[in-house]
Amino acid sequence: MSASVDAGTDAAAIATAPAAASENELAIKVRGLRNVFGDQVVHDNLDIDVHPGEIIGVVGGSGTGKSVLMRAILNLRRPQAGRIEVLGVDALSEDRQKRLSVEKNTGVLYQNGALFSSLTVAENVMVPLKEHYSALPADLVTALAMLKIRLSGLPDTAAAKFPSQLSGGMRKRAGIARALALDPALLFLDEPTAGLDPIGAAAFDQLILSLQRALGLTVFLITHDLDTLYTICNRVAVLADKRVLINAPISEVEKFDHPWVQEYFHGPRGRAAQSAQEKP
Amino acid sequence: MTTATASRLPAMEPSRSDPEILRASGEWTLPNAERLLALINSAPHVAKDIDGRDISRLDSTGAMLLSRYATRVGLGLATVEVKAEHQSLVESVREICETPTLPVKKDYGFRRMAERLGITVEDYAKEVIALIGFGGLCLKTIAATILKPSRIRITSTIYHMESVGLDAVPLVLLLSFMVGCVVAFLGATVLREFGAEVFVVELVNIAFLREFGVLLTAILLAGRTASAFTAQIGAMQSGEEIDAIRTLGLDPIELLVLPRLFALVLMLPLLTFMAMMAGLAGGMAVGAGSLGISPDMYIARIQETISITHFWVGMSKAPVFAVIIALIGCLEGFQVQGTAESVGERTTSSVVQSISLVILLDALAAMFFMEMDW
Repeated sequence: MSASVDAGTDAAAIATAPAAASENELAIKVRGLRNVFGDQVVHDNLDIDVHPGEIIGVVGGSGTGKSVLMRAILNLRRPQAGRIEVLGVDALSEDRQKRLSVEKNTGVLYQNGALFSSLTVAENVMVPLKEHYSALPADLVTALAMLKIRLSGLPDTAAAKFPSQLSGGMRKRAGIARALALDPALLFLDEPTAGLDPIGAAAFDQLILSLQRALGLTVFLITHDLDTLYTICNRVAVLADKRVLINAPISEVEKFDHPWVQEYFHGPRGRAAQSAQEKP
Repeated sequence: MTTATASRLPAMEPSRSDPEILRASGEWTLPNAERLLALINSAPHVAKDIDGRDISRLDSTGAMLLSRYATRVGLGLATVEVKAEHQSLVESVREICETPTLPVKKDYGFRRMAERLGITVEDYAKEVIALIGFGGLCLKTIAATILKPSRIRITSTIYHMESVGLDAVPLVLLLSFMVGCVVAFLGATVLREFGAEVFVVELVNIAFLREFGVLLTAILLAGRTASAFTAQIGAMQSGEEIDAIRTLGLDPIELLVLPRLFALVLMLPLLTFMAMMAGLAGGMAVGAGSLGISPDMYIARIQETISITHFWVGMSKAPVFAVIIALIGCLEGFQVQGTAESVGERTTSSVVQSISLVILLDALAAMFFMEMDW
């Protein structure tokens, strides 16, 4: 991670979560969301707020609709009911122009990177730049792609490689580089540390943290990884019973009285992650 | 949050106190990148200091362009003062931008062409060796299974017989019938000049029994079935299902290839027979419709003039083509490497290879049968 800024691991720095912003300054505002598959209700009357500049971790058991929530916010799936505002713009709007302004301001890292397999890493990063800023000279686009690749902590040699030639961790970094191509304000991450070894996962956590600080990103992060929650998240939102049970800093969430939350944070893995944080 | 600040265009002007100190202001962001580029290109070549505290919004693109300019005037991004909220961004971008990139040399010249030619030739050679090896492997597995007939997968074979054979019947019948009509018309046009229209019967019959019946069927199945085999096995390969089969102590050849091979070897001759009949029917239809040869006459003439040898010559090629199509289809499937793109590449390659090999062998066989006077 040659590119990272000084990313202190101390949890104290994270405590500087943004103060509760007023309603209209939210990065993401979801109200009364309802998602139904056949006769299975996944979300019912779900509300969630994401404040600008924070890293929010979304957790929940399998099938509680974490990915469905993300897909709804990203307009990849139309919910049955509800309102979604992203950066103050109605994300469900039919207006192509409005949706485009949202899309240009959001970067997404999919679980397996979702890199275009026929393009090299550098070409992958250049795709959105060439598409949305076609007037820029080629050398600037190349330089910008290189900047994102280095920001993501990849070595220069990775730029000319195809996704299939990269390891899982490097593919995720390349995915981040492409997500950052348009300098978005919002970054969505779908289980960023899944499938990485503990050392790689910890390094990836630090990458997210350093990028968030350097670029002032708002990060919406779906995860199962308790270490990620304790190390980098300002807030944790728990999805259960078809809605967001609680959306608060982790110290409050772990005290929340709900069987799933208690099981999750106070099971053997939860305790281990907690005690790892308490060590100096 | 983003639209709150008024869209202020980026600018860089000499400050009032000292013209050699430049003040950057406005939004240094990606949407303004073109303007920024023009700005730093027209900016003075000397500057004592750059003041970035008036920059209202800065992203990594803006920071990179600022760094480019600062480096050009010999200052470096470290000396540029910015707002506290931009400090960490500038710091991380500075480190990156001031690390020189290694120049990547791309060679599009003659050497590269020769290199690609070499790689292609080598690939073809490898492909041929792999096909022969795969054929041997299948023979060995067949020998082993025949000794233990209980290991033949009956259900799977029947399933493939349905999808390879039965489902292809309408297509084969329709296309052969139409080609039969075309050949009859073509023959009639030429033979009419000699008043020998009745020889259309011989033309259509010999053509379909010897060549077209089996060739049409084999080409259709190469397109329809070889591609399906490759895609099915390729998807299993990329999903690590083949590896799972191996680690469970099973033989992927026995499990996946043999049922497909048997199904195709059984079904291709049957389909060939149908194609022959449909082709003859096409000739009969044209004869009755526009040449004045009644169906009775048509059939009588077949019995008088066409020897059964033609039928056997055509039929004898069917199992050979079936083996080729099945082997290539399955082998290409096993050669898939992980990605979806690879599945596509291999599918194309299996269709191209099986069709060309079928036509090549058919030409060789035609020469052989001609020499033998069969």
